[in-house]
Amino acid sequence: MSIDLVLTYVAFFVLAAITIIGGLLVAFVRNIMHAALALMMAFMGVAGIYLLLEAEFIAAVQVLIYVGAIAVLILFAIMLTRGLMTRTLPPENNQWLAAGGLALLLFVALVYIAVTTHWPVGTQALAGTDLIPKIGTELVTTYVLPFEVASILLLTALIGAIVIARE
Amino acid sequence: MDILNNLFPNIYNALNDFFHGLLRGANLRPDAESFIVSLIMGLIVVVFLVAISPFLMLSLTWVERKVVARIQNRLGPNRVGPWGIFQIFADMIKMLTKEDIVPANADRWVHFLAPVVTMIPITLILAVIPWGRGMAPADLNIGVLYVIALSSLGTVGIFMAGWGSNNKFALIGGMRAVAQIISYEVPQVLAIVAIVLLAGSLSLVDIVKLQGGWAGFRWFLFAIPVGPIAFVVYMISAIAEVNRTPFDLPEGESEIVAGHHTEYSGMKWGLFYMAEYLNLFVVCAIAATLFLGGWQGPLLPPWIWFFVKTLLLILIAMWVRGTFPRIRMDQLMKFAWQVLVPVALVNIVLTGLALPIFKAIGLI
Repeated sequence: MSIDLVLTYVAFFVLAAITIIGGLLVAFVRNIMHAALALMMAFMGVAGIYLLLEAEFIAAVQVLIYVGAIAVLILFAIMLTRGLMTRTLPPENNQWLAAGGLALLLFVALVYIAVTTHWPVGTQALAGTDLIPKIGTELVTTYVLPFEVASILLLTALIGAIVIARE
Repeated sequence: MDILNNLFPNIYNALNDFFHGLLRGANLRPDAESFIVSLIMGLIVVVFLVAISPFLMLSLTWVERKVVARIQNRLGPNRVGPWGIFQIFADMIKMLTKEDIVPANADRWVHFLAPVVTMIPITLILAVIPWGRGMAPADLNIGVLYVIALSSLGTVGIFMAGWGSNNKFALIGGMRAVAQIISYEVPQVLAIVAIVLLAGSLSLVDIVKLQGGWAGFRWFLFAIPVGPIAFVVYMISAIAEVNRTPFDLPEGESEIVAGHHTEYSGMKWGLFYMAEYLNLFVVCAIAATLFLGGWQGPLLPPWIWFFVKTLLLILIAMWVRGTFPRIRMDQLMKFAWQVLVPVALVNIVLTGLALPIFKAIGLI
């Protein structure tokens, strides 16, 4: 086995461990603030795995949106909710059985899909440098409708948040 | 002159050859040899970059104290060494030897990790800055996006510090900082988008290369009218993003002690301080790269040009600090969302309209 491959495996297992430990902490930690920080850790692990797959663009976007925006928003929401910050909450309520069952079902479905799908394996490197212009062009030609629908959705959410905050 | 121009790339290549020569005797597999050499060279570059951060921070604090003192008609530090230049070492020793206090009710882990989390993203940004010709430690094809993504992480450390300290001033300061940084990130990114449109590339190395020639009039700053607008919007948001006066509400001494780092002392506080000045350096370096042609310039070696431009922008930021009073929270928010964001958005539309003209005159 070449050194590159060994390193790739090592990096993958380290990143996978970061992601999984982060995910477990989110689910089982009693302090909601710690849970939010652990969520960031899991997001960073996923970004690392994207990097390992040579998807730099997706990795950067993952960090920018999931860690820099969504997780920070969650932190903000926790801080602005009275009493949520200092209290330690039990991580489960009376619906834990149903939630666990659903999560297990999702896990089984994902494993099934991962095992049965035929994953094409290429031998040559990805078209690295001109990948980003391609993503941009595709977004405003082939996928222009989903792209615009997503932006309208976000705009609606933005206006809705402002309206709620004003009341 | 030529030696100075390529000083650092030559040192790099010489070291690279040296380690290759050293390992050739060991008769390793070729991939093992190149792996070990690239590991050593990578470590050297990383150590170099990490080592200059405290140096940059200390010299910037000295410059700032001198400049602000002049503006305020004072002398500034002048006791330790000529012009007080050794003040920076005195400060360093003070910082390293101070007691590290953790509040009794603080969240230990969060309190401990906050300065580290603040420091790491900023140090990582140093890796993509083109310091000179052929001197970008890593030329990423997503360079600009990488910078934006990492600087968006700066809020996390501040949040952790504000919350983990279990102190009301720290909490208020942290909230203020995050609200401010998130708001000013938007116009900052929108201003950068105009430049990305002009350059047609996200790589910082390419963006610098595109600005060569025409005796400096190819700098994106001179892409009238969109360049200057983007530059002004970027610089204002950048100063707000690094929490400097007039946008220093998160640590306004007269209101909330020291904001998010109220409960920090010793080297942990030093890390926050370092992050602040390094952040200032990074945003000015990025501004120099995007708007002022990076290392492009006549006569002097490229890396000196880069530092000259960056320092000029830092001096402007210090000048602003010495001149303007702190603004109010509502003014801060209003200015970001009702002035900077619309201006930046209109600027993007203008850039789109001006692109054919710029192409016709050969600017891009």
